[in-house]
Amino acid sequence: MSSPAVEGTTVTAPERAVEAPPGLGLRLDGAELGRPGAPVLEALDLDVAPGELLTVVGPSGCGKSTLLRTLAGLLPPLGGSVTEDGRPITRPDADRALVFQEDALLPWRSLRSNVELPLAIRGTERARRRRTAEEWLARVGLGGRENRLPHRVSGGQRQRVQLARALAGSPRAVLMDEPFGALDAQTRAGMQQLLVDVLRDTRATVVFVTHDVDEAVFLGDRLALLGTSRGPVCLLDVPRPRDRAAHNEPETAALRREILESLGPLGS
Amino acid sequence: MTATATTAAPAVPEATSAHRRPWGRYALRAASLLAALGLWQVLTGLDVRLWVHFDQLPTVAEVGREFGQRIGDGLYWQDLADSLRRILTGFALAAVLGVATGIGIARSTVAADILGPVLEVLRPIPAIALVPVAILLFPSNEQGIVFITFAAAFFPVLVSTRHAVGALTPVWEEAVLTMGGGRWRVLAQVVLPGALPGILGGLSVGIGVSWICVISAEMISGEYGVGYRTWQDYTIVDYPGVLVGMATIGVLGWITSAAVEFAGRRVTRWLPRTDRRASR
Repeated sequence: MSSPAVEGTTVTAPERAVEAPPGLGLRLDGAELGRPGAPVLEALDLDVAPGELLTVVGPSGCGKSTLLRTLAGLLPPLGGSVTEDGRPITRPDADRALVFQEDALLPWRSLRSNVELPLAIRGTERARRRRTAEEWLARVGLGGRENRLPHRVSGGQRQRVQLARALAGSPRAVLMDEPFGALDAQTRAGMQQLLVDVLRDTRATVVFVTHDVDEAVFLGDRLALLGTSRGPVCLLDVPRPRDRAAHNEPETAALRREILESLGPLGS
Repeated sequence: MTATATTAAPAVPEATSAHRRPWGRYALRAASLLAALGLWQVLTGLDVRLWVHFDQLPTVAEVGREFGQRIGDGLYWQDLADSLRRILTGFALAAVLGVATGIGIARSTVAADILGPVLEVLRPIPAIALVPVAILLFPSNEQGIVFITFAAAFFPVLVSTRHAVGALTPVWEEAVLTMGGGRWRVLAQVVLPGALPGILGGLSVGIGVSWICVISAEMISGEYGVGYRTWQDYTIVDYPGVLVGMATIGVLGWITSAAVEFAGRRVTRWLPRTDRRASR
């Protein structure tokens, strides 16, 4: 496997990140993933370095979500080992937040109360978790809407709340399962920028699953191709992560072409 | 808020926008009740015999006169208080145990295997058929009546809870799990609130069945209570008294169901409501 490229993240981390908890190192060795009797991924080796942003692309049904659910601890591996900082992942934990594609907010709780939930679970006292939740909502552009119920705001706004909820608990890894998949192109570009902005202040490791090649190339430090003819997983370095201006650079275009070719006839 | 409607129409205030309810609808509801009473008065007052014999039935005026006498009597209020106490005790027990058992069965295969068969055998037995068992089991009639009321409401609550918990979106639970929440956190903050809209259906059915059973049980084995009094009046051929009893049961039943519905709408305000307002 190719070596992790983490220069990008360490350079952009500002002073504030010093107080943030360090990112988790996630690792799969010869892992077999899926439901019992129905493995989706086999002989999978993957090493996600602490603090890096790894994007995962692959054809539908290749096991992208299965990979995330395993890393989250919701789905035990069928074989091999799956570890965080060397310890096996056996169950879900607040250190590994999961952001879902849609409608994972609790509909009976206000936006604020949804963001407060991970803090309440961590035992943060009431006044402090309220303040933290309001700060996070303001950061994702939803200041003043704290008391709304999820169904009273748009789909894009709900995803921003989910992002705030995931990050409010200061997790050491954030696992994102096509979080912007249901949004229109314009909202999606805004959300990508928001994600880049909020992640700058954390040191969390991010695994970001998407079916959008442009999104994967823009966001990732590295990119993992899953379930292609090139093997169970194929890692590619992204030349200039999170730089919009790099979109038309020859090396970025070459990377995009390489990914599309690997994804097969539908992509090319 | 509202609740200032006429005595004929106890208000069922809308949780969302009480101020928007047109007064015309209250008027129509009151008119509907009055029309039914008017028809009754005409049929009984004119001693109509059209295959069914209205000449035997007391008129609205006679029943009203009887009612006027009874509300001045402490006995009427004691009967009423006894029946209410029995139904509220039985219903509260059924609500708590029904929800707890329903969640247990829906979430745990062990609980489902242990409790499921017993409950499925007991479920088809009409609660009122448990009267002999209640008489044998409990030291006093009072407890027996509460038991029957409980048994009546328990199964609708249990079944609705089981289905509501089974139909929960898994993503809510997974979200709380990945925030580090444990089993009790999931129960208190996902399962219970998420299943509540479905549970309320069971509570609503349950309170209705409870009334049927508390009155029947009182008729069979009660001392005091609206059902007991109604049956007493029948045995001494006091027909206006019987009808006062029936009207009392009707109004009490309506008020308690409305209270359950009202409380239900208060706790499920988060549900997206589009045209529900129009349908109520």
